[in-house]
Amino acid sequence: MAIFSVYVVNKAGGLIYQLDHYAPRADTEKTFSFPLDLVLRPHDERVVVAFGQRDGIRVGHAVLAINGAEVNGRFTADGKDVLEFLGNAANYPVSIRFGRHRLSSNEKLMLASMFHSLFAIGSQLSPEVGSSGIEMLETDTFKLHCFQTLTGIKFMVLADPRQTGIDALLRKIYEIYSDFALKNPFYSLEMPIRCELFDQNLKLALEVAEKAGPFGPGS
Amino acid sequence: SRELFVLTYGALVAQLCKDYEKDEDVNTCLDRMGYSIGVRLIDDFLARSAVKKCRSYSETVDMIAQVAFKTYLGVTPSVSCSSAAGNEFSLILDKNPLVDFVEELPAERASLCYCNLLCGVIRGALEMVHLSAEVTFLQDRLKGDAVTEIGITFLRKPEDRKQKRS
Repeated sequence: MAIFSVYVVNKAGGLIYQLDHYAPRADTEKTFSFPLDLVLRPHDERVVVAFGQRDGIRVGHAVLAINGAEVNGRFTADGKDVLEFLGNAANYPVSIRFGRHRLSSNEKLMLASMFHSLFAIGSQLSPEVGSSGIEMLETDTFKLHCFQTLTGIKFMVLADPRQTGIDALLRKIYEIYSDFALKNPFYSLEMPIRCELFDQNLKLALEVAEKAGPFGPGS
Repeated sequence: SRELFVLTYGALVAQLCKDYEKDEDVNTCLDRMGYSIGVRLIDDFLARSAVKKCRSYSETVDMIAQVAFKTYLGVTPSVSCSSAAGNEFSLILDKNPLVDFVEELPAERASLCYCNLLCGVIRGALEMVHLSAEVTFLQDRLKGDAVTEIGITFLRKPEDRKQKRS
């Protein structure tokens, strides 16, 4: 899957649409005996692996479930603190599932607003007047492409660094937005987009863009 | 399908006339409807025509006349600038498809702006690209004038801050 997600941000900086398009990463579940050879530490609302990477379990992976029951942040399903539970020899052997933590919708909202602010700062820092703002953010594992329309809506696509044709995809998403979201009489502007047709057509467009793949035309 | 649209528009105006007694009410209603259409139509227009950002009022009005009107109504009005300050323009339409089937306004509806929807559309669309304007009919063929003229007056310059943000 070369296109990871799509975000649509309205004029005020609020996230109005979000789609994750990647295959869920494999979680690793293993049975452990006391003492645990992984070093765990609390991070934000989760318990993550700090050291002791082995097998499929990597540093940064969060504890997702204990003995089959999903954990609730730092607490097990029955309300006990995870680190306390795992420090007690009586609870072993225990089966723990580790995996990459997926962003919650609140976190996505926050990140979208932050990007909106960064975008504004970016336009103002520009030495030339009338800059387009941040168009691309590049890292070693993904590229974030951003397109702002003249009306202030931002479309962001996170994709594989080798994926081409994202500019055309962004324009296509704009067209799909103007067709299926705006022309829907029951959709209010600037509100979260809850239109089936928009979802379907967006997914189709993503698939077409992925098939064109790294061999596709320019950009 | 243009005919269907024109007929639908006519039916809409006729129904509004039945609903409201006063002409001003009908005009306001049409303007409001046009406004809701305009705020959505602008994104459709920008998505499909991929035009660049307009840097001046006259560029904007030219874009409306030559590209937007052409795309949506199939006619190209001519543009004239009517003020020294450069913020008042008029679009002169010699062919208005919306009134294809209308001969003249009925006597009791003398001050009805039949195509007031168009004014609302232009106003709504401009507002979404951060340009506030007043749009009215200056002349109307249905009222006996020679041509149909839509006047666009840009109200205040968009602030520099807003331009940088967008």
